[in-house]
Amino acid sequence: MADTSTTTAEGHEHEEDRRDFLLTSTIVVGAAGVALTAWPFIDFMNPSADVLALASLEFDISTMEPGQAITVTWRNKPIFIRRRTAAEIDEAKKVPLSDLKDPQADADRVKEGKDEWLVMIGICTHLGCIPAGQKVTDSKGEFGGWFCPCHGSHYDTSGRIRKGPAPRNLEIPPYAFTNDTTVRIG
Amino acid sequence: MSAAPEWKNPVVRWIDHRLPVFTFTHHSLIDYPTPRNLNYWWNFGSLAGVVLVILIATGLFLAMHYNPNVDYAFDSVERIMRDVNYGWLMRYMHANGASMFFLVVYIHMFRALYYGSYRAPREVLWFIGLFIFLAMMATAFVGYTLPWGQMSFWGATVITNLFSVVPFFGDAIVQWLLGGFAVDNPTLNRFFAFHFLLPFVIFGLVFLHLWALHVHKSNNPLGVDIKTDGDTIPFHPYYTAKDAFGLGVFLIFYFAFAFFAPNYLGHPDNYIPANPLVTPPEIVPEWYFLPFYAILRAVPDNFIDIWGILPILVTAKTAGVILMFASIIVLFFLPWLDRSPVRSARFRPIYKQLYWLFLADCIVLGWVGANPPEGTMLVIGRIATLYYFVHLLVFMPLLSRYEKTRPLPDSISAAVTPQGSSQSAQAQGA
Ligand code: HEM
Ligand code: FES
Repeated sequence: MADTSTTTAEGHEHEEDRRDFLLTSTIVVGAAGVALTAWPFIDFMNPSADVLALASLEFDISTMEPGQAITVTWRNKPIFIRRRTAAEIDEAKKVPLSDLKDPQADADRVKEGKDEWLVMIGICTHLGCIPAGQKVTDSKGEFGGWFCPCHGSHYDTSGRIRKGPAPRNLEIPPYAFTNDTTVRIG
Repeated sequence: MSAAPEWKNPVVRWIDHRLPVFTFTHHSLIDYPTPRNLNYWWNFGSLAGVVLVILIATGLFLAMHYNPNVDYAFDSVERIMRDVNYGWLMRYMHANGASMFFLVVYIHMFRALYYGSYRAPREVLWFIGLFIFLAMMATAFVGYTLPWGQMSFWGATVITNLFSVVPFFGDAIVQWLLGGFAVDNPTLNRFFAFHFLLPFVIFGLVFLHLWALHVHKSNNPLGVDIKTDGDTIPFHPYYTAKDAFGLGVFLIFYFAFAFFAPNYLGHPDNYIPANPLVTPPEIVPEWYFLPFYAILRAVPDNFIDIWGILPILVTAKTAGVILMFASIIVLFFLPWLDRSPVRSARFRPIYKQLYWLFLADCIVLGWVGANPPEGTMLVIGRIATLYYFVHLLVFMPLLSRYEKTRPLPDSISAAVTPQGSSQSAQAQGA
């Protein structure tokens, strides 16, 4: 232990400078250590590798009739698949983009040449409820698409938000048609 | 010592006036008077505190992904190891942390034995320490069951069955502990619940431990009481810095295990999922329980013949269990078994040697505990067990009477500063 009682006035000043430096560098290194240690704990709570592993889902659409909708689960989320009627497609196409809260053309929401098929994540972009509209008996809202009962968001036949508190259109998951009758989600 | 500090920050002052947490912390961690001659053996208390916090932190996070169900427990631990981000780190920090906790606490306890820290007026401090030790053993035991490997399962089976030696109610007690007729899902669920709770009980006990410590202050390598201000230095910065340095060294040691030999201290059989129908050829507890395991198995089968008079109540199994619990209970009587006028082994030439023999004896017990109780091992185990009790129950009282102790210094400062205490006493009082 240093003898603190016998430092001269001159030596004392030098001592202070060195100590200040040591103290500051100790604190800086210590703080960096704490920050580096915190990361594994934070990251531990993130989705783990098995959850992230993109489980992909193949779905046979050959039996679906025009106007029919089906809900499948992908990554624990509902996926809405709808085979739209010609009238529904027309309606979605003719809406001017300026009428939309989250402007997006219908063509950008379907695969080229597959206008009939709308594949979306069935989760309301407001606060996460599942909009009604998949079943024949469901209320489809004022725009003939989906209606979220939680706070009254209306989606059109392209799944775009038209009215209500939701900020964005229903999200499109990554998907592809592997052949004419099969869609692969994920 | 300085009086209560004047708090400059108005918020701090406002709170401190109503609940003096800041003044309290200042007195217990900043200007707390600490003997000026403490060596690094006094580092292990704060190390134990740090490890406890690490265990609680990593344990809390493990619990977020762990699944206490016999069908999923093993897999959930493997999932933590493979799929969860940094899960391997969290688990290895936890499992090796438990080992480090025991290592640090054992050193801490043997420090107390060497320097007579359990002696008056620190008996209650010593008791609370022993309760912490008991709670640690319970925590580690139930914790080891959680990964649900073969050692988890059979360790839990063997240890809970110890209670079957209780006369008349033994079997009923075991069933009650297990929540069934064998270790099964109810057992795992309750062990998890207790494993979550007990560390917080330990935390509370640590608080009492420190409270008791701060009443009479730390003992020191000389074992003489603090007499003047010159015998002490403020805890901060002297011991905060010293403890921090020791912590750095310790963390390197700890993480050398966690990173480079994470399974060195564990048993490979615990990576085999629990199978209630197959007992592993040899059940060995974690290293920190080995000395007690040796005592448990030390009792001869022909104990009954030797003692003739006790045969009805005390079978070999019962006697082993009693001895094992007794090995900890005697420690509670240590403050009265040792009545030497001198605390520190530095001034006790004979005790000093017996102390090292006793430490060696405990290590021998640990080594015996790791081996099957057969042949020479069994004989060594018995002798070592006998010596354990003879040291505490016979040698300690005898030494207090007959040992010729060396003269004690007048005070701590007289011993550590050549000119005596006056000069430094002034400096400290300033
Ligand atoms: C006194 C402090 C503690 C000690 C001595 C301790 C000891 C242990 C031990 C020996 C194991 C088995 C290690 C293995 O081989 O996997 C374990 C596992 C476990 N502990 Fe703790 N523990 C403590 C605190 C905690 C706390 C506070 C929690 C939760 C809040 C916790 C949660 C767990 C979990 C979930 C496991 C199973 C996962 C695994 O096996 O790694 N522990 N503990
Ligand atoms: S969650 Fe759908 S409208 Fe609020």
